[in-house]
Amino acid sequence: MSTTTPGAQGASHASALLDVRDISLRFGGLKALTNVSFHVAPGELFSIIGPNGAGKTSMLNCISGRYTPTEGRVFFQGKDVTRLKPNKRAAIGIGRTFQNLALFGHMSVLDNIMVGRHHLLKNNFLTGSLYWIGGAQKEELEHRRVVEEVIDFLEIQHVRKATAGTLSYGLRKRVELARAVALEPKLILLDEPMAGMNQEEKEDMARTIVDLNEEWGMTIIMIEHDMGVVMDISHRVMVLDFGKKLVEGLPADVLANEHVRKAYLGEEDPLLEEETSPVALSA
Amino acid sequence: MAIDTMRACGDYRTSYAADQTIFATRLTMLFCVAAVILLCVLPLFASRYTLSLFIQMGYLGIAALGLNILVGFSGQISIGHAVFFGFGGFASAYLANQGVPVPLAIVLAGVWTTVVGLIFGLPAARVKGLYLAIATLAAQFILQDFFVRAEWFTGGTHGAMAPPFTLFGYDLSSDQYYFYVVLFFVVVTYLGATNLMRSRDGRALIAVRDHYLSAEMMGVNLAKYRTMAFGISSFYAGIGGALYAHYVGFMSVEGLDILFSIQFLGMIIIGGLGSIMGSLMGTVFMVLLPEATGWLAGALSGSALDQALHLKDGITYLREMLIGLAIILFLIFEPDGLAHRWKQIKAYWKLYPFSY
Repeated sequence: MSTTTPGAQGASHASALLDVRDISLRFGGLKALTNVSFHVAPGELFSIIGPNGAGKTSMLNCISGRYTPTEGRVFFQGKDVTRLKPNKRAAIGIGRTFQNLALFGHMSVLDNIMVGRHHLLKNNFLTGSLYWIGGAQKEELEHRRVVEEVIDFLEIQHVRKATAGTLSYGLRKRVELARAVALEPKLILLDEPMAGMNQEEKEDMARTIVDLNEEWGMTIIMIEHDMGVVMDISHRVMVLDFGKKLVEGLPADVLANEHVRKAYLGEEDPLLEEETSPVALSA
Repeated sequence: MAIDTMRACGDYRTSYAADQTIFATRLTMLFCVAAVILLCVLPLFASRYTLSLFIQMGYLGIAALGLNILVGFSGQISIGHAVFFGFGGFASAYLANQGVPVPLAIVLAGVWTTVVGLIFGLPAARVKGLYLAIATLAAQFILQDFFVRAEWFTGGTHGAMAPPFTLFGYDLSSDQYYFYVVLFFVVVTYLGATNLMRSRDGRALIAVRDHYLSAEMMGVNLAKYRTMAFGISSFYAGIGGALYAHYVGFMSVEGLDILFSIQFLGMIIIGGLGSIMGSLMGTVFMVLLPEATGWLAGALSGSALDQALHLKDGITYLREMLIGLAIILFLIFEPDGLAHRWKQIKAYWKLYPFSY
């Protein structure tokens, strides 16, 4: 992995698209996250890895607004969004997919993706009911055109009229990604986009993610368990274990890190016992 | 490019506009238009009783559509729909008695009922499922009590007189003319609801029903849409109630009980939850069921069954029981309702005679 990749140098906080500062999340006595800080530069493809229960999805939930962190702050484009409601975050440009499929099962694929355009559409229940009068039809058709581009990009043309709940697993994953892309987010959070896929589907999905990042210019935070994919396509990687940040850095460096190996092999790691700051890897 | 068959054997549409039409093909649309025209000539030869049944289907169908938007499309529950129907009736009677022209009063009554529905829908922003059901039950009893006490508005226990429907000085209150009034409202409300469901807010309602967490991530404000569903639902109920009031000429609190609310639920379950036309099919079924029961009791009169069960005396109870039975049978054998059955029939004929 070349060190000249955009964002790989570790952007300064000021120019960061997302700046997560000292996030802690507790559920009663359970510490899901403890003092996690990181930042993601515009245009970066950032991966979060870690063993099961490490707090990766909790981290995404703090960014997307499902959870409000017990302590710490989340800044998006320099603005504090820690307490912003999830539906408001869609409008400022944060989109996400879910680990477990979260499509609208009874709607068509097309309608699912159109819901992604919700914050960009202006027609309401009144103009929507009148449809032909008041411009709702015109607006719907304009947005349909954009949605078709997303459908083309994810190669799901053949199922656009199918009911989402009847699709195969791999296709549903693609539809879910399409729905998040239709939001036109600046930052897209992908929670295990390749879980449960075979090798071919994984390769397709990896290609799609790289295209999203490079051609569509979206900043991506991805949680993924497939180390091969993560190390191949990520610009930077952060490792979480037991809710704490172990390391953050270039994929090659993270892979070589002894703490990471200990975390995955299940050995005792003194770093987790002490209240030390995470190891900073220089790029 | 328009398609001149009932069901096209392929997808020939070449524009997004053609792909987003209400009817899949031009022929289906023509059939629907033909059905409306056929209904338009019905008053020329149908008996007054038949017309009254059709009028009943109309105003109940509009109210049922409202409940279906709430229950079928946005996935919430209301067991107080009858009082919103009633509120629309009282509001329209009140407005018309204040001098508002009846056609305008009907629409305004819908708007008033929307406001009341929004108020009683506020708990929906917070609670779901059974808890919401109980909250709507509160609406049922509070409004029922309000109707009895608010004499200035409803005439109290005596009820309120609703002036006959007049338009530009013409009296349209006889069954023969009122049929057209109801038909007009049915066409407009059903078109409106169909349009709503293929535009932004309708999709948001369905999204909230199917997966509220991801709907929220897509930018849908849950509290807003859950409450809005109550508002829209009440609007349709109010229009239906207002049409009823001016048809009967009199609005009374009697009959607006919880049984009536549950009957509305029965209509949409039988017709098909989350289906626009299903709301109408369910209403037609519910209106015709008592007719069929009466006819059956008449046919069986004098037989051994009649002597054993005293069908003539027990006909009222028999009707109630049959409604209950119909709901149970539908829940078991056709939980998606008549609308789903209709789709399957169409699919069967599409492939006929090679259904494999």
